[in-house]
Amino acid sequence: MSDADKQVLLEVKGLTMDFGGLRAVDTIDLSISEGEIAALIGPNGAGKTTFFNCVTGIYKPTGGDILIHPQDKPTQRINGKKPNIITELGMARTFQNIRLFSDMTVLENVMIGRHCRTKTGLTGAILRGASVRKEEQQIVEFSYHLLEKVGLTEFADEFSKNLPYGAQRRLEIARAMATEPFLLLLDEPAAGMNPQETADLVALILRIRSEETIAILLIEHDMKLVMNLSDTIHVMEYGKKIATGTPQQIKDNPKVIEAYLGEEADA
Amino acid sequence: MKNLKQSLAVSLWFIFLTFPLMVVKVNTTDNIVQWRWMNMLWVGLAIFALSFLWRYALARKEARQMAAMSGEDEHGKPSKMQRLFEDPAVRTKMLFGIMAFALVFPWVFDTYQSTIMISALIYVVLGLGLNITVGLAGLLDLGYVAFFAVGAYAYALLNHHFGLGFWICLPLGAVIGGIFGVILGFPILRLRGDYLAIVTLGFGMIVKVVLENWSDFSFGPSGIAQIDRPGLFGMEMNIAASTTYIYYIMIALVILTIIVTGRLKNSRIGRAWIALREDEIACVAMGIDMARTKLSAYALGACWAGMVGVMFAAKTTFINPASFTFMESAIILSIVVLGGMGSILGVILGALILILMPEYLRAFSEYRMLIFGAAMVLMMIFRPQGIISNIRQKYELKGLKEKSENV
Ligand SMILES: Nc1ncnc2c1ncn2[C@@H]1O[C@H](COP(=O)(O)OP(=O)(O)OP(=O)(O)O)[C@@H](O)[C@H]1O
Ligand SMILES: [Mg+2]
Repeated sequence: MSDADKQVLLEVKGLTMDFGGLRAVDTIDLSISEGEIAALIGPNGAGKTTFFNCVTGIYKPTGGDILIHPQDKPTQRINGKKPNIITELGMARTFQNIRLFSDMTVLENVMIGRHCRTKTGLTGAILRGASVRKEEQQIVEFSYHLLEKVGLTEFADEFSKNLPYGAQRRLEIARAMATEPFLLLLDEPAAGMNPQETADLVALILRIRSEETIAILLIEHDMKLVMNLSDTIHVMEYGKKIATGTPQQIKDNPKVIEAYLGEEADA
Repeated sequence: MKNLKQSLAVSLWFIFLTFPLMVVKVNTTDNIVQWRWMNMLWVGLAIFALSFLWRYALARKEARQMAAMSGEDEHGKPSKMQRLFEDPAVRTKMLFGIMAFALVFPWVFDTYQSTIMISALIYVVLGLGLNITVGLAGLLDLGYVAFFAVGAYAYALLNHHFGLGFWICLPLGAVIGGIFGVILGFPILRLRGDYLAIVTLGFGMIVKVVLENWSDFSFGPSGIAQIDRPGLFGMEMNIAASTTYIYYIMIALVILTIIVTGRLKNSRIGRAWIALREDEIACVAMGIDMARTKLSAYALGACWAGMVGVMFAAKTTFINPASFTFMESAIILSIVVLGGMGSILGVILGALILILMPEYLRAFSEYRMLIFGAAMVLMMIFRPQGIISNIRQKYELKGLKEKSENV
C-alpha cells in the first residue's frame, strides 16, 4: 500500500523530546501516507505515547520537525502548535488510558468531536435561531451515524462511564472520527479487550480505512493484531527507532527480536 | 452489632472528654463542687444515638454503592423528585403553579416578605451565574462576589456622577461584570485546583480592599447612599409600590437567566464547558480551544453577577464594601454545590433553601452557620451530586433510529 505515488500525510523528522535528563523520544523519523495503516510498537516505556503526545501537541517537542501535508492544503509545520489547532488541521487521537467525558452521554461525547467543525457562538446559542437549530440537528445526525459505525447506538443516551471497557475504546474512536481527521492516531486501542472485541476492532479499523479514507497510526502490544493489520511497522526502543518495515520484515529483523519479541518470549 | 459496640465506645469516650465540662461544676461563691451526674447520662445517650445513626446511614450508603458497582446503577440516578419533574404533565402543572404563586406573591404577603423574596431571587440569579463557571465549566471561583460588587458599584457610581438610570445600567452592569470576568480569567488560564482557589479568593479580596481604600473613587467604607430605585416612566412610587415593582423585575430577570443559561447549557458552547470540566486534555485534543472556552465561562458567569449587582444597589439604595465579603462568595458557592452542580433546577432550589431558611428560622439564627456547615458536610457525604443531579439532555433520535432500521 505504501506506494511511492501515494501522498505523504504526516512527516516527522528527527523528533526529540527531553524530560529533564530523560530523552523519551530520540531523533525519530517517520512518515505516514494516504490510506496507510501503520503501527508503532516497542517495549513498555519506549516512548510511543510520548511520540503521540508530541505529534498531537500535548507536549512541545524539544527538537525536530513535524510536517503535515493535508490534501488540497499547503504543508504546515506543527511543532508546538496547540492540540486543538492540530485536531482542526486533521489529526485526531485516542488515549491509552481512556479519557472519555464520563458525565456526558455517549452521543454527547461524539458531539464534542464536532465542535471544531461547527461554529455556533455565544449569541447564536442564546438566540437559537433557525440556522443554529439546523446545525445542532446536523451535529446530532452526524454523531449518531458514527455511533452506528462503531456499533454503539443502543447506548446513545447512557453516560459514557457506564459503558463496558471495550465499548469505551470504540467510543473514543468514534469521538476522534467526529473531528473528520485525515489521520487517526490510536494509542493501544485493543488494550483490555477480549478476543471477540479485538476481532470487532480489527474489522472496524479496516472499515474506517476503506470507507473513510483515513490513514491510521496505531500503538499496540497485541502482536497478532499488529501483524494482521499494518502495512508498515515502526519499532521503538528507549526512545530510538530501531526498525521500519512490513510485518514480514519486522518479524525477521534480529534487532527487533532481541529488543521486543525476545523480551516477550522470556516473560 | 459491630455498630452498637462502636457507638458505645464513642459515647464512653465522649463522656470521658466532656466530664470536666458537663459534670463537674465548682461553685466558687460557696466553695463546693457540684456533681451533675444526670448530664453525664444525657451526653452518653445523645452521643450513642447520634453515632449509631451515623454509622447506620454510612452502612446504607455503602450497601447502595455496592449495588451500583454490581450492575444496577443507583448513583447518578435521578431522585424521586427529579423523576416527577421530568414527567411533562406534572411539569407543566408545577410550572403553572409556581408562576401563579410568584405573580400573586407581593399581593398576598406584605412588603417585608417581598423584600426577603427579592434577596432570595438575587441569590437565585447569582447561583445560576456561578453555576456556569463552577457547575458547567468546572472552574472554581471563590471570589464571585467581586463581580457582584463591580455591578453594584458601576450602577452606584454612574448614577451618582452622571445620573444614569437603572435601565441603562442594568445591561451595562452585565457587560462590565463580563469584562471583569475576562480580566480575572486571563491570568488563571493555566491554573487548576488549589491554585485556582487561591487566586480567585485573592481576586475577591482585592476588589473589596480597593473599594474600601480608594476613597476618591468609591467613597471608601462609608459607601454610597441615595442610589436611585428603578424608574417606571418617571412615576413617583412609595416604598411598598417600589418593592413590588423591584420584585417583578427580579422575577423577569430570573426567568431571563433560566432561559439563557438553559439554552447555553444545551448548546455547542455549553457542551464544550462540560467537556472542559470532565477532562481538560481530552477536551483540547478534540479540537476545543481551551483559552476561549475558559474565558467565556468566566465572562458569562460574571455578567449575571454584574447585572444583579445593579439590581442590588437599586434595591438597597445604599451600598458599601461590607456587603461584599468572602462570606457571600461562600454562600453562593454553597448554593451551587448544594443544589447540584450544573443543574439549573437544583441551583434554584438551593438558593431558595439557603437564603429563605435562615430568614424564617430566626429562632435558630445563632446556630445558623453551625447548621449550615453540618448540612454541607452531610450533603457531601450522602448526596455529593447535590439535591438535583444534573440530567443530560436527550436528543431527538427517533427519526434517525427508524431511518437506519429501514435501510
Ligand atoms: N510527562 C513526563 N514527564 C517525565 N517523564 C515522562 C513523561 N511522560 C513520559 N515520560 C517518560 O518517558 C518514557 C516513555 O514513556 P511513554 O509513556 O511514551 O512509553 P510508552 O512507549 O507509551 O510505554 P507503554 O507501552 O507502557 O505505554 C518513560 O520512561 C516515561 O517515564
Ligand atoms: Mg503508552
